[in-house]
Amino acid sequence: MTLTARAPTTTVPDVDLRSSVAPDDEVPPMSWSAPASAEARSVTLAQALNRALRDALDADDRVVIYGEDVGRLGGVFRITDGLQERFGEERCFDSPLAESAIVGSAVGMALYGLVPVVEMQFDAFSYPAFEQIVSHVAKMRSRARGRAGLPITIRIPYGGHVGAPEHHSESPEAYYAHTAGLRVVTPATPGDAYSLLRESIASPDPVIFLEPKRQYYATEELALPVRTEPIGCAAVRRRGTTATVIAYGPSVSLALQAADAAAARGHSLEVIDLRSLNPLDMDTPVASVQRTGRCVVVHEASTFGGFGGEVAAQIQERAFYLLEAPVARVGAFDVPYPPSRFEEHYLPTVGRVLDAVERTLAT
Amino acid sequence: MHPPPARGSSLLDPAPLPPDPAALLPSSEPLCLLDPHGARHAVDGFECALDDGGLRRLYETMVLARRVDAQAWHLSRQGLLGAFPTARGQEATEVGSVLALGADDWLFPTYRDTMAVVARGIDPIEVLRANQGAASYDYDFRAQRVSTMAIPLATQAIHAAGLALAAKLHHDPIVALAFLGDGASSEGDAHEAMNLAATFGAPCVFLLVNNQYAISVPVTRQTHAPTLAHRAIGYGMPGVRVDGNDGLAVHAATARAVERARDGGGPTLIEAVTYRMEAHTTSDDPSRYRTDTEVDAWRDRDPLTRLELHLRSVGILDDGACAEASDAAEAAAARVRDWAGTSPVTDPLTMFDHAYADPPSRVRAQRAQLADELRLMEASA
Repeated sequence: MTLTARAPTTTVPDVDLRSSVAPDDEVPPMSWSAPASAEARSVTLAQALNRALRDALDADDRVVIYGEDVGRLGGVFRITDGLQERFGEERCFDSPLAESAIVGSAVGMALYGLVPVVEMQFDAFSYPAFEQIVSHVAKMRSRARGRAGLPITIRIPYGGHVGAPEHHSESPEAYYAHTAGLRVVTPATPGDAYSLLRESIASPDPVIFLEPKRQYYATEELALPVRTEPIGCAAVRRRGTTATVIAYGPSVSLALQAADAAAARGHSLEVIDLRSLNPLDMDTPVASVQRTGRCVVVHEASTFGGFGGEVAAQIQERAFYLLEAPVARVGAFDVPYPPSRFEEHYLPTVGRVLDAVERTLAT
Repeated sequence: MHPPPARGSSLLDPAPLPPDPAALLPSSEPLCLLDPHGARHAVDGFECALDDGGLRRLYETMVLARRVDAQAWHLSRQGLLGAFPTARGQEATEVGSVLALGADDWLFPTYRDTMAVVARGIDPIEVLRANQGAASYDYDFRAQRVSTMAIPLATQAIHAAGLALAAKLHHDPIVALAFLGDGASSEGDAHEAMNLAATFGAPCVFLLVNNQYAISVPVTRQTHAPTLAHRAIGYGMPGVRVDGNDGLAVHAATARAVERARDGGGPTLIEAVTYRMEAHTTSDDPSRYRTDTEVDAWRDRDPLTRLELHLRSVGILDDGACAEASDAAEAAAARVRDWAGTSPVTDPLTMFDHAYADPPSRVRAQRAQLADELRLMEASA
């Protein structure tokens, strides 16, 4: 996977949103930087996440990791592998199997002054914690007038393509992106997995950190620790001129595959990785669409009411007169996640992305 | 019994269970140290540790709590406050428990616990701001160690368990006291909170205020358990049932649970048996679901009457002391009235102040939009 660096383009108006009531001082930012001389080696996304957690535990005594099976087992995806052994059970432990308790107790721990990083074992397993996330995690800073931010990171492996049983392949990002007060972050590359997770743990705002489980074993040549662009900056993963394909998380690799296939047909697709859904950098996609005039949004979640609708709406708000064709969306069908043998038919495919590109070209 | 932990002991381990788990069961009758006629009883293991000054403070705080609650009720009826959930009749539970906390302990109240928050020493005006609809809670709850009042039922009990666990992991000898109601006890979060706290021996006290009704639904439609305190044994913690209209008993039971938690003994579930004398809120009509006869029977068990009778009989209170308590409560009520009667000075822009520590650019733009609208409204006014 090629990574194209770009400078942040988001401009921030000079407005002080912090009232004089209290300082937001819960989490002094953790700092890390790329090593001067470390050698790059092949790193999986899972290994990058594991290293980010290890380095966060090392950097700050207040960081505590817990969830289902994250201790002795190291997590069902081994993302917390070795952490309990290295840091002790008090820093990385198995909780009772109760997601509302996992997230709700993180609220209490954060009120106490800790920095909890909790794991929801699978996407759909975050639903029992929904009330705690929406009613407390997202709102506590507002309700307490800035006197209590909750620097909680909720890690959620998400998405399909792994042949999993029911309830193990969902894409819940729109629920969380719709909830004011949360940050929603989703890496697509090992480097971003490391850097965005470190930044999420250091964030004074709570973060829903969505890990594309089908990409856990994707590799990148990396020297860790690495610092990529910050949360709130989209990245151009591939330059192109024919049309812009906007993706995030597990769909980025699909978009890149589609770009390879399109190249064989003589089309040059530009691929944008959003990296975070809130905050959402639309400057980068809009700048791209201004060049290409055509736009396709891709995600694994059901199309209807999906996050692609927000992206499409903002594209037409900001680039309407530069669009050569309506913005196309490619998402999963609007039915419950099917039995896993059908998921290849349910989820977006390279063919459907190419068809969507053709539709924008036919207009 | 469970097998021992596979590895060496850790701070996450709870204290051992008693040899006979039946020791965790509540007593057959609620703990009562002061009967409805003000007569004091002795119960082994539950001595009330309050000295004369402490008893007088318990009385004064209950008088203040009742007066503030009544004032808020009236202001709500006048339209100066929003819907107000009263706790009239529950003063002994609300105040007796909170006075058993140490200065560094934490309180996790529900929306019905204005009295408890006031008992913690917080200005009633700061507690009532949320009812006013013009601001959220405006006390420094980290300094005061009182969390925001939770409306989503039983959710705050998990916060209390989490905070208590964090304290335990850091060898910090503090205790978290979580209020929850009989209706909330049916919520999944009540179960998850108690299970989490007990499993890790978190220094947490769950005060289950059984005021007999969840809006209109009686406790018999919440549970088939013999009592709500019987649930404790299922989690491996003691269940204590206490006469919630007896301030001495509530204080003694809470103090014992707090001490147990502080000493590493883990959580306790206390069921305080009391009665919500008024409607659920100012928007409710209780005549649709309960009889005057039932309410009158509880009127005879009034928590303030019995405490005053007792304290007068032992010479801690006299007419002068009662008048002092009443005057102080009236002064507090007058301050609340003056505050509520003046138009709240609020800036709608404050809705943006703390939504995020680091707001997304669109939220900054939305704030600027509202600021423009407000300027235009002001200019055209």
